Amino acid sequence: MVDVRSGIGEALPPLEVEDVELYHPHSWWTRYVFSQDAKIIAIQYATTAIAIGMVALVLSWLIRLQLGFPGTFELIDAERYYQFITMHGMIMVIYLLTALFLGGFGNYLIPLMVGARDMVFPYANMLSYWIYLLAVLVLVASFFAPGGPTGAGWTLYPPQAVLSGTPGGKDWGIILMLFSLIIFIIGFTMGGLNYVVTVLQGRARGMTLMRLPLTVWGIFTATVMALLAFPALFVACVMMLFDRLLGTSFFMPAIVEMGEQLQHGGGSPILFQHLFWFFGHPEVYIVALPAFGIVSDLISTHARKNIFGYRMMVWAIVIIGGLSFIVWAHHMYVSGMNPYFGFFFATTTLIIAVPTAIKVYNWVLTLWRGNIHLTLPMLFALAFIVTFVNGGLTGLFLGNVVVDVPLSDTMFVVAHFHMVMGVAPIMVIFGAIYHWYPKITGRMLNEVLGQIHFWVTFIGAYAIFFPMHYVGLVGVPRRYYELGEMAFVADSVHTLNAFISVMALIVGAAQIVFLFNLVWSLRHGRDAGGNPWRATTLEWQTPETPPSHGNWGKELPVVYRWAYDYSVPGAPEDFIPQNQPTPGRLGHEAIS
Amino acid sequence: MSAPIKTPAAETLPRPAGLAGLASDWASDQRAFKHVSWGKAMMWIFLLSDTFIFGCFLLAYMSARMATTVPWPNPSEVFALEIAGAHVPLILIAIMTFVLISSSGTMAMAVNCGYRRDRRKTAILMLITALFGATFVGMQAFEWSKLIAEGVRPWGNPWGAAQFGSSFFMITGFHGTHVTFGVIFLLIIARKVWRGDFDTERRGFFTSRKGRYEIVEITGLYWHFVDLVWVFIFAFFYLW
Repeated sequence: MVDVRSGIGEALPPLEVEDVELYHPHSWWTRYVFSQDAKIIAIQYATTAIAIGMVALVLSWLIRLQLGFPGTFELIDAERYYQFITMHGMIMVIYLLTALFLGGFGNYLIPLMVGARDMVFPYANMLSYWIYLLAVLVLVASFFAPGGPTGAGWTLYPPQAVLSGTPGGKDWGIILMLFSLIIFIIGFTMGGLNYVVTVLQGRARGMTLMRLPLTVWGIFTATVMALLAFPALFVACVMMLFDRLLGTSFFMPAIVEMGEQLQHGGGSPILFQHLFWFFGHPEVYIVALPAFGIVSDLISTHARKNIFGYRMMVWAIVIIGGLSFIVWAHHMYVSGMNPYFGFFFATTTLIIAVPTAIKVYNWVLTLWRGNIHLTLPMLFALAFIVTFVNGGLTGLFLGNVVVDVPLSDTMFVVAHFHMVMGVAPIMVIFGAIYHWYPKITGRMLNEVLGQIHFWVTFIGAYAIFFPMHYVGLVGVPRRYYELGEMAFVADSVHTLNAFISVMALIVGAAQIVFLFNLVWSLRHGRDAGGNPWRATTLEWQTPETPPSHGNWGKELPVVYRWAYDYSVPGAPEDFIPQNQPTPGRLGHEAIS
Repeated sequence: MSAPIKTPAAETLPRPAGLAGLASDWASDQRAFKHVSWGKAMMWIFLLSDTFIFGCFLLAYMSARMATTVPWPNPSEVFALEIAGAHVPLILIAIMTFVLISSSGTMAMAVNCGYRRDRRKTAILMLITALFGATFVGMQAFEWSKLIAEGVRPWGNPWGAAQFGSSFFMITGFHGTHVTFGVIFLLIIARKVWRGDFDTERRGFFTSRKGRYEIVEITGLYWHFVDLVWVFIFAFFYLW
């Protein structure tokens, strides 16, 4: 049986793109440190992101220790508590999730999956990583600066962010935070331009946009969004920096601080919120879309079935990306705005649920009657679907103005966004690492350690964030250092808080198992071979594993089919690689 | 792997015209923009991103100007010069705009000469463009120092809303930085053209890649963009 999508028999289009001039390193330094190879840069990005992510993980422990057992730990005073929540949020959202998905997985997977030798501008790609590292170092420096890091909350709302009542407001904290973000955006732009141009202009012969694996679609769309959303954050950071350093009043209204009238006047704090959320809402999808794409590929590969509704999946990604630019003010319902605007933003917000729901249905329909292998990547993919649906449904609550107003600034919101853009994408990151680690290192990760890691993380994350919804529904506000004597806070809330904190400690500790597995398997993991999951996409068809410099040896791959030819009836194997010309000839004799 | 079906590289497939052609390009393999090189595509996408930065700056300025409760200083008064006893509003800005738009003209001529492999003319025209750019930045420096001498500061000014000074310094400063970077790029590329790097296929110092005359056009794209942004700043800041 011939697959109609494969285009067998059509003449292949001529080679349009000339072979790239790659930089061939001559020394250890240019090969492994100042490397221009996207694969090395990807590993550098990922390592840095995970390292700074561990800092954020420890901060979350400290936050939970205070919330679960208030007053027990002298180390955590009110100022430090605010510094911890601020840095935890900022690191997790920007320096871990954005950098790991786009800089890490983007760099590794885009050139391999589209059949290119490298990113189109390897030098700019290398700079991108080093500038990102600089941004991380500036961020870390704020922990050691006088006054400590900023405690303004990850949204950095002025005027409080630059006033003396906030930790770091009149010290170095906020300045270093803003500088770090500006540096991050400059570095990201260099990488982001690379990813976009590589996908648009550097694909292999036969690789049309509609044959791209959904992973590439997700990362590509997210990168385009990031290139258009980060400018708003850049502008907001520059303006706030001027407010803080030069005494301008972009965001600062006339204000009395410590009984003293400040020089500021006439600025608009709401303007900052608009700029911030014009970045901040797309940012949610900058994290979510790569996760959507990767999880589609994981599910399809490990259920040995083509993804259900590929075109629908692609358009859903693109539509979600577009819509996410016109929903930002749903973060500002309680800031005060014209009710018609609230109506508009609530409507657009709820419309996003349509393409998102299509994606969830398609994942489930891909699983339907599939040959499901409960491998580690599949377990994490399933965990993603569950946590994402959970977080998505509470998003419908918060998207409605009337429901949002009482829930705003409660722990319900914290539970919602941790479920939907914390736990769910992290599940995909774990699944993706278990899936691609064999390609990156040539060895499998240890299965037993992986199972321990999965079950503790999945059940533990649920145990953390599910009860948190209840804590929020009874009215416990977020960002409160301690609850004190509040009549409406039931005793059960305190019990739950203690329970959540214990679970957070356990889940955090389980990540040590994961890190140990990463290191241990480098040497002792089972040999993976070139294509352990029997997957169709191009990165599994490289002549060497791990892929060498230039990825493909002498001949660039030619693509004959889409990425999802699993269990094709009549084919000798249950998968047909994208670069396999005729389905009938797959097998031992054809490969030789 | 079995031998792939070969199509001679010289052959280009016929493509339909108009919208059908657009659709067929995006549905094709390898490249979505068929005759656009990587460098040019990158510059266009970067400029799109940069548009959002300037857009946000200008929108922020406009919202501050509309929201302020104190009077906004009158730009044609503030940016007026006394020339030979006559009070000429906006004269310096007019000259600056004229200089920058002229520089776009010389840039376009440089691109043309570059594609005709006329090394000498290309380099000279790029140097003239850079000179115009430097003149523009110089006049901006003069304007800044004049305003500063008159008491305009980022945090206030003698005539009204404090946001006037802050927006002015921020937006023109950010644009001036763009022009300055453009001048530096122009000088670097002009030197390479003059030396014949693109004919001898000399490799770049940082990237160790061979350059092509196309880089003149890519620099030109950036330059025209900076020019276009100035038109918007001129319209929204000075003429409003």
